[in-house]
Amino acid sequence: MDEPIIEGLDPPPPAPTGLNILVCIKQVPDSAQIRVHPVTNTIMRQGVPTIINPYDLFALEEAMRLRDEYGGQVTVLCMGPPMAEDALRRALGLGADRAVLITDRRFAGSDTLATSFALATALGKIAEERAIDIVFTGKQTIDGDTAQVGPGIARRMGLNQLTYVSAIDSLDMGRRSIVVRRRSEGGVQVLRSALPCLITMLEDSNVVRRGSIQDMLRAARAPVTIWSAEEAGVEDPLKCGLRGSPTVVKRVFAPSPREESAEMVTVEGKDPARIGEAIIDLIFARDPKLEVALTATAS
Amino acid sequence: MTEPAKPAAAGRASMKKELPERFKDYKNVWVVVEIERGRVHPVSWELMGEGRKLADRLGVQLCAVVLGPKAASTKAAVKQTYHYGADVCYICEDAALTDYRNAPYTEILTDLVNKHKPEILLLGATPLGRDLAGSVATTLGTGLTADSTELRIDDDNSLAATRPTFGGTLLCTIYTLNFRPQMATVRPRVFAMPEADTTRAGRMVWESLRMKEEDIVTKILEFVADNTSSEANLAYADIVVAGGMGLQNEANFRHVKRLAQVLGGDYGCSRPVVQKGWLPAERQIGQTGNTIRPRLYIAAGISGAIQHRVGVEGADLIVAINTDPDAKIFEFAHLGVVADALTVLPALSDAFARRLRAPALAS
Repeated sequence: MDEPIIEGLDPPPPAPTGLNILVCIKQVPDSAQIRVHPVTNTIMRQGVPTIINPYDLFALEEAMRLRDEYGGQVTVLCMGPPMAEDALRRALGLGADRAVLITDRRFAGSDTLATSFALATALGKIAEERAIDIVFTGKQTIDGDTAQVGPGIARRMGLNQLTYVSAIDSLDMGRRSIVVRRRSEGGVQVLRSALPCLITMLEDSNVVRRGSIQDMLRAARAPVTIWSAEEAGVEDPLKCGLRGSPTVVKRVFAPSPREESAEMVTVEGKDPARIGEAIIDLIFARDPKLEVALTATAS
Repeated sequence: MTEPAKPAAAGRASMKKELPERFKDYKNVWVVVEIERGRVHPVSWELMGEGRKLADRLGVQLCAVVLGPKAASTKAAVKQTYHYGADVCYICEDAALTDYRNAPYTEILTDLVNKHKPEILLLGATPLGRDLAGSVATTLGTGLTADSTELRIDDDNSLAATRPTFGGTLLCTIYTLNFRPQMATVRPRVFAMPEADTTRAGRMVWESLRMKEEDIVTKILEFVADNTSSEANLAYADIVVAGGMGLQNEANFRHVKRLAQVLGGDYGCSRPVVQKGWLPAERQIGQTGNTIRPRLYIAAGISGAIQHRVGVEGADLIVAINTDPDAKIFEFAHLGVVADALTVLPALSDAFARRLRAPALAS
């Protein structure tokens, strides 16, 4: 956690050829283990393990698949608290080549607009050493569930935006063109676009690899580049964090029970057949027309 | 919905009430009408129904945005916007808008907003709506609330958008105080389908796309239609049966499927079931899956987390089966049974099958 701040991106020198691919990941609490305090309605974060946002793993896998086929390197980028370095190390362990963490108190409280600003600024800084070909993100995160940061980055960087991609059919390095399958309403669009582009990867679009022993060993020792807002290239801190966020969360609350409480089915003994009959009686008592409709379709 | 909660992010710089001068003439409520291959997505009409209420509350106009090719289907969509409550329809017909692509759609919608200045801009939380809303909000530098489950106009006339937060464990209300338009996306079926009033008509405003086809990098090579759109069926099904972790394993979902089949309905599951890999993501019911509004919803072995609740609250009749008498689902179900879903589901299927085959004996 107390890694010294490293200026610039020394490890390892950028590959001169092949694809320069960036994957944006987020460290999220394992949602299956989140608990809410019953009285104060606050999230009890203590002891909740963190994971790489599961959707991001499909983005990382696709990035590494392209690298393995066409050459180049995969850099993972994350914005978060210092402990988000864990997520980056896990990505290195899966086979990413290098990792950059942008962490700064000034990023705290960012909504999606401020987040895409910070990430796009850092991506711009990374692109100074060599132009980026593809930025990958997951479809959305499991904690925010907005799916807005990917499009935000694409817009800010002027990248061709390809969201909900289920497969990359082909990539022509010479012509810098790419053909992808994009999930849309009622079917799939087959799109031909061009590099540089931003791709948000759909879940289950590939099988995420297990890291090799070598990658795991390397990940433990590999340096993670850590940038403050300023080092990431942020010139206007008013565009970061709470102050850079146009949305304001005014209230966090739990919904109240329905006013009329549920009518409970009670049956003598525990005979399932009688419970079943009792449920049906109550359903049809509340919606008599349903019985008519169901009988009509059944006969 | 209860009040007691901590005020999040108190003291935030942007909490200042006064709207900057440049946004003061932003007025009216807009809904982007989503058309794909000539068909209007029903979420657009659902949004029009809700948008009408917001506009009436504010005393402003409801406006629709229709983008598409020069075609009869586009014209038909414009007509329908009036039937569903629009006072004004902004229309842009251009061959480049035939199928959805991010670049031309973002440009025309951004242009329309900058020219006509809406205070509220609503889109469906669909692959099209989310792709477009994210780009437009970033271009305009304004706030966007994804997957809102409730929209309300506050006393100071600002839009209060409520949505689940922290992975669906709590709800939060979000405002865009100092920027316009206030943008939100809403999932299909969160709002009820309004009645169409075919006598209504409105004003049409034409716009043109600046971008030319040769400026657009991304080309559509092909559209591969789904064999069956199971997701659409589930969201719009009249009867839905769903199972949760209480079913214990993948094989036990046969009980859920059978009951759905007996009732001629569709089936789904809670989020943990998808995370376990027992059923595909398209079967998920809840905030990040399908929102449903069936006539009858039977939830078996589902605890009823908030992210699930917001996806099923529109059901007319919710029946919950759970072994835990304190399960959250009993807080919003209409009928409850404290019992093991694994024994009740087969019994319920048998009982329904018996009754529906021999209705005379049922009464």
